[in-house]
Amino acid sequence: MDVIIENLPLYWEGFLRTLFLSAVSGIIALVLGTLLAAARVSPVAALRGFSTVYVEVLRNTPLTIAFFFAAIVLPRIGVRFEQFEVAAIIALSTYTAAFIAEAVRSGVNSVPVGQAEAARSIGMKFGQVLSLIILPQALRTVIPPLINILIALVKNSSVAGAFFVLELFGYGRQLANANGDAVIAVLLGTAFFYLLLTVPLGILASTVERKVAIAR
Amino acid sequence: MTTTAPGDTLVSLKAVNKHYGQLHVLKDINLQVRKGEVVVVIGPSGSGKSTLCRAINRLETIESGTISIDGKVLPEEGKELAQLRADVGMVFQSFNLFAHKTILENVTLGPIKVKGVNKATADKDAMALLERVGVGHQAPKLPAQLSGGQQQRVAIARALAMKPKVMLFDEPTSALDPEMINEVLDVMVQLAKEGMTMIVVTHEMGFARKAADRVVFMADGQIVEDATPEEFFTNPRSSRAKDFLSKLLTH
Repeated sequence: MDVIIENLPLYWEGFLRTLFLSAVSGIIALVLGTLLAAARVSPVAALRGFSTVYVEVLRNTPLTIAFFFAAIVLPRIGVRFEQFEVAAIIALSTYTAAFIAEAVRSGVNSVPVGQAEAARSIGMKFGQVLSLIILPQALRTVIPPLINILIALVKNSSVAGAFFVLELFGYGRQLANANGDAVIAVLLGTAFFYLLLTVPLGILASTVERKVAIAR
Repeated sequence: MTTTAPGDTLVSLKAVNKHYGQLHVLKDINLQVRKGEVVVVIGPSGSGKSTLCRAINRLETIESGTISIDGKVLPEEGKELAQLRADVGMVFQSFNLFAHKTILENVTLGPIKVKGVNKATADKDAMALLERVGVGHQAPKLPAQLSGGQQQRVAIARALAMKPKVMLFDEPTSALDPEMINEVLDVMVQLAKEGMTMIVVTHEMGFARKAADRVVFMADGQIVEDATPEEFFTNPRSSRAKDFLSKLLTH
């Protein structure tokens, strides 16, 4: 236990980096995922096709491949960044966006078709139907699955530790290497700080779910 | 607002055809509705009457023929179609009130977002409409808190808020409990008396007798009869219509 207490500042630093990585990637993924879901239900066939291919490819390949692409392939084709952290954010948000797109799409499908017909029949354009009528209802039903995806994102951000980004898992690995006699304690400490992020998210999910439920 | 004078053709369907797979659901439909006219469309289930109603504001696409409203042919999907739909009120069998919006917002959303009316004016107009259909005191509630009959009256107010040239009713009372049917029909009869152009798909023969200028009888995707209610109910010409009416009267 001493090893955890002695290294609390390091854990805290890692915790904040993980929080930062997850928050930034999460926000980008939410925006990108919602746009992808909108493309998926749009009347434009090219947008639907792009969205489908994107989601299927990203969702069905391992996260590490997204990381290799962002950290190694992107710089080779001329996209350079100062820190590996940027690559980590690109990998995490593009990967997570695919899952968010699927969740939002299922939410869109859960909104009765009559809602869109009524909106169209009072003269709303596609964008208005989607943003004023469909998405506000869809997002309420997908908040629990969305938060599950964000919990997965927090955990997935640990892959960044393997790509020279010092976040919670990265620091945890450093500490484990430095304290060979207390590896179990170090790892338990790391796990504890992950739980500090993910458990409140889970509680938030159930609270929000109860609050925003719409009666039909 | 409109250049059409009473008596001019407002809605015109010419040689309209549609299939659902093998099923020929609209067969060469020709129908003219004049301004101020109330046309009731009746017929057995599956005769294509709902499809006809939905085709008029292009919720259903057609394969051939033309549909025009106030002289304008229905455009393809896009901005122009949205503009045209704003002039065509639609009331659905299942109400389709926006579930996440209050009753008042349901009525003001179209005027504010589609027509750019300011909120204060839209609120005032919406309250007047809600009072007119008898649900003014329900304004702050959500749709799910209202009875079916109340929801349908709100749906009528929502359509009227756009100041439409014509109102389409697609079986507006078919999803209602019997005791609520009349409160909706009363609003519709009132609307008809005020001179609104209406196309009403319904099974309510009482409404057809009371408010219709014309009864259009459909069977198997075709318009079989087009007559005044008096003519149609007392002296139907086709055997399909006679058969249909005799089934209604035996109960």
